[in-house]
Amino acid sequence: MSSTLLINSLRFILLLALQIVIFDNMTFLGYIMPLPYILFIILYPVNSNKPTLLISSFFMGLIMDLFSNSGGVHATACLILAFYRPYIFKFAFGVSYEYQTIKLNDSLTPERFSFILLAVIIHHFTLFILEAFQVSFILDILLRTLLSTIFTIISCIIIIYLIKPNKR
Amino acid sequence: MQQIFNFIFKNSTRLLFLLLLSVSLLLTIQSHSYHKSRIISSANFLTGGVYEKINDISEYLNLKTENEALALENARLKSMLFNAKDTTAVKKLDSLKGVAPKDIVVSKVIHNSYNVHENFLTLNSGANDGVKPDMGVINSLGIVGIIDRTSPNYSTVVSILNTKSQINAKIKKSNHFGSLVWNGKSTGYVQLIDVPRLASVRKGDTIVTGGQSVIFPEGINIGTIDKVYKEEETNYYVLNIKLFNDMTNLGHVYIIKSKDRDEVNNLEKGNTKDE
Repeated sequence: MSSTLLINSLRFILLLALQIVIFDNMTFLGYIMPLPYILFIILYPVNSNKPTLLISSFFMGLIMDLFSNSGGVHATACLILAFYRPYIFKFAFGVSYEYQTIKLNDSLTPERFSFILLAVIIHHFTLFILEAFQVSFILDILLRTLLSTIFTIISCIIIIYLIKPNKR
Repeated sequence: MQQIFNFIFKNSTRLLFLLLLSVSLLLTIQSHSYHKSRIISSANFLTGGVYEKINDISEYLNLKTENEALALENARLKSMLFNAKDTTAVKKLDSLKGVAPKDIVVSKVIHNSYNVHENFLTLNSGANDGVKPDMGVINSLGIVGIIDRTSPNYSTVVSILNTKSQINAKIKKSNHFGSLVWNGKSTGYVQLIDVPRLASVRKGDTIVTGGQSVIFPEGINIGTIDKVYKEEETNYYVLNIKLFNDMTNLGHVYIIKSKDRDEVNNLEKGNTKDE
């Protein structure tokens, strides 16, 4: 139990550091940005404490907001992703997901990919809507969501493959 | 009994979610109203310190362009000096110190953002250097933004690439005023709105800051007119302006401290009170 806590707090700090130091400086075409820090919420153990996940993802978003001067945009998006995570699990893996021990760093099956895709889309869409905060930017929001989702997923998969040897 | 416990447990998660959601939504909405200063900002010792460390490393990559910009600015200043009308005229120096109407603080951008609709920069000088909110920030090429929040050692700047920023500007040759805004689309272009139809505007005309606010002194470069639109409902032009500044690559900046600022602000405050 304490080892999962340790692993998760390590992930929390490492992913935030990675996001702020490296990925925040990687912008393509001026407005596409990969946000692989949400991997923390995606990789969080399936059957563990839900309030802990909510609180930790809220604070993760808040730290991101602190660094990017964006009010509470990241915090809201992370919180919504954390809350709807069980429903995304149900959608991607079927009803009996709670009885399986899913480890996302096993190998990339279509189910796991669809889970990551859905989670990233939900997070990014909420984030960009709140960030623009105007209905007239709707096309811009959709474009940003689409393109940033692609780059986030690519960086997420790269990170998953990079940390895999450490887990074994 | 077990079911009741389950029910309470389930609802406690939901209640926690709603509580945290309302806090974060409150922060989001508060940050979108321009006139209130945001609670969450990168002008604090933690984020400022981290950004300064990151900048220490990435600075080396920009040394060449930074040097070129400095050399160009020196050349421009030298040419201004040599082409002055009377180079032998004795300059009247004010012997009293600290009474110059404008004072300039050199600062460095340690974090730049240009990929969202409301962009903020972080500078490495703060209240200890005399920086206060609502001071103008420029660099050698043109305007950059306005100070938003300060901490002892760091400050945040509302970039001109922020859909909430509004700066008084004018056409250099005809003195017609307008408001400088950003439509959130391209980092190289801003818009000048509310320019009267009487103004003669042509592609390539220079836009500079107007002297109507105490934030920026008059005549600081902004950019050139790229396209002219006519607004059908109102009798105004909307001008698309190509910035002189490359907002994606900012190094050293200058913060303008105006000595008259407090006086003018107090005067205007007094006037509105009387009405």
